[in-house]
Amino acid sequence: MLDTTGVIMANQQGIAGIFSSEESVLAATRKVREQGFQKFEVLSPYPIHGMEEAAGIKRSWLPWVTFVAAFVGLSSGLALTYWTSVVSWPINIGGKPMFSLPAFIPIIFELTILFAALSTVGALFVVCGLPKVNPPIIDPDLTCSKFCIFVPSNDRGFDEAKVESLLKSLGAETKKAVF
Amino acid sequence: MKRNQLVLGNKTLKQITEDIVQPVETFPSGGWLGLFLSAKMLFLFYIITIGIVVTTGMGLLGVNSPVGWGTMIVTFVFWIGIGHAGTLISAVLFLFRQKWRTSVARTAEAMTVFAVMTAGIFPLIHTGRPWLDFWLIPYPNQRGPLWVNFRSPLLWDVFAVSTYATVSIVFWYIGLVPDFATIRDRAKNKIRKTVYGALSLGWRGTAKHWSHYEMLYLLLAALSTPLVLSVHTIVSFDFAVSNLPGWHTTIFPPYFVAGAIFSGFGMVITLMTLVRMGFPQFKDYVTIDHMEVMNKIIMATGLMVGYAYAAEFFIAWYSGNTYERYAFINRALGPYAWSYWIMISCNVIIPQLFWFKKLRRSIPVMFVVSIFVNIGMWFERFVITVTSLHRDFLPASWGNYAWSFYDTAILAGSFGMFLTLFLLYLRLFPAISIAEVKPVRHVGYDGGHHG
Repeated sequence: MLDTTGVIMANQQGIAGIFSSEESVLAATRKVREQGFQKFEVLSPYPIHGMEEAAGIKRSWLPWVTFVAAFVGLSSGLALTYWTSVVSWPINIGGKPMFSLPAFIPIIFELTILFAALSTVGALFVVCGLPKVNPPIIDPDLTCSKFCIFVPSNDRGFDEAKVESLLKSLGAETKKAVF
Repeated sequence: MKRNQLVLGNKTLKQITEDIVQPVETFPSGGWLGLFLSAKMLFLFYIITIGIVVTTGMGLLGVNSPVGWGTMIVTFVFWIGIGHAGTLISAVLFLFRQKWRTSVARTAEAMTVFAVMTAGIFPLIHTGRPWLDFWLIPYPNQRGPLWVNFRSPLLWDVFAVSTYATVSIVFWYIGLVPDFATIRDRAKNKIRKTVYGALSLGWRGTAKHWSHYEMLYLLLAALSTPLVLSVHTIVSFDFAVSNLPGWHTTIFPPYFVAGAIFSGFGMVITLMTLVRMGFPQFKDYVTIDHMEVMNKIIMATGLMVGYAYAAEFFIAWYSGNTYERYAFINRALGPYAWSYWIMISCNVIIPQLFWFKKLRRSIPVMFVVSIFVNIGMWFERFVITVTSLHRDFLPASWGNYAWSFYDTAILAGSFGMFLTLFLLYLRLFPAISIAEVKPVRHVGYDGGHHG
């Protein structure tokens, strides 16, 4: 299949455990992590409260993108209004100073918000690898009513039989899957 | 404290999905088709009207000296205001952790997007030569380069409204992505699978993605909150920065924002009562409790608007400025007194019905009140725009607004555009956020761990 950059990627083989409740998948995630697995994925139809902590996911770094982009937007707004009004073609409007900062604040503010919002969305696309064409679907119910832990075969200490019995013991139905 | 249930009927995850996706997956009912065809006819009529106005000229409308701003600007402010409730529900109430917002947010946000789209057309046509509208954008050009005037509130508006439209659409779309993935995975039909698969961008809902996604949602809410306040503030600057009695007041920004939220919630109630009628299963998600909360907001913002009307009068008297005093006496007693009193009755008096619990929980009552709120808020903008312009400093240059057939056509036609988009949305997009409702489904149930 093709990823976003058009490079052929091999689908990752592994074992998927399908769970039918939020509580069971949350508890199972903790156990899977305790077993030393690191590259596993948890799939759920909605964000599960406490999952970040259970799966050992670090706090998202998106706010930094927002911060930097907001700063760039602010500077661009300031530069645009200053350069056009003072440098490129200064025009006396109502006797106001050429650099009438209070009147420029709305423009600077709007550009700050615009840059911050669009860049943060762009960052999400990058970090989540969106858009992804034809992603392998482990089970169609995973965006509806079921939950899943997928352990890829290249994870540390992966052993097909062991992973299968671990997930089964945690209450999952297991199957071979690609991610 | 015992909380009321946010989702009635103790639904399973599968039932929630099925209930919400049903309108997307089934063939439309006769009722929807009838509404859609009527809205579409009105929309076509609107397009033709705009075509005639653009090719013939703005003189077809009642605008002339001294009333140079008319239906276009009045209706622009009206629709922009409508949009504010959507952002308030989706962003501000999200920051305040109001869980009830989840089942209303999607549709309210859709309303925002469509209202801003409807609104955006008016100032573009009002320029008189819409084919030169690209001059509003500061780009390097061969006329000097001649730049736009960044000191003008009208230009601030260009930036405010276009940023607002962009961020609202993005925020709305990001919310829709996981739900599109749900529809994609359920789809038996190949075309549906492809279309929603493309719309879902390949979303699969891994824990890492959800973590970033929730952070993005929070950030967008935090960015939209000052944005929504800035938009109507800047719209009010269009008036307040001028020197005209009746416009030149410092109360305008908060007064406009309160009015915008008031009118927006009015429209949310109007639409939601109809949506609940059209799709009865939504009554379990948008319950009478949801409607009541929104009615309380209507009452509260209605009181704020009423306070602003009173404060304007007081300041007009207290300022000792003859022109300012006259502008307000003229509003209440002059040739446009009828529009002023329509505004007062619809916006200040009628919402007082919501002091009674029984009335604010009654669907027919709230529907009628919300219609009055919509009417009243259109007239508020009419009063502000027209009564201030028609009699200013020099009695020799007084005049009236020459309301024409095209004013009516443009105003009515804009509803055609809005309703066409909204009706299509109800059938093509999940009208309640599936991924957001699921985590709050236990709220109010015994043993619910999410309380």
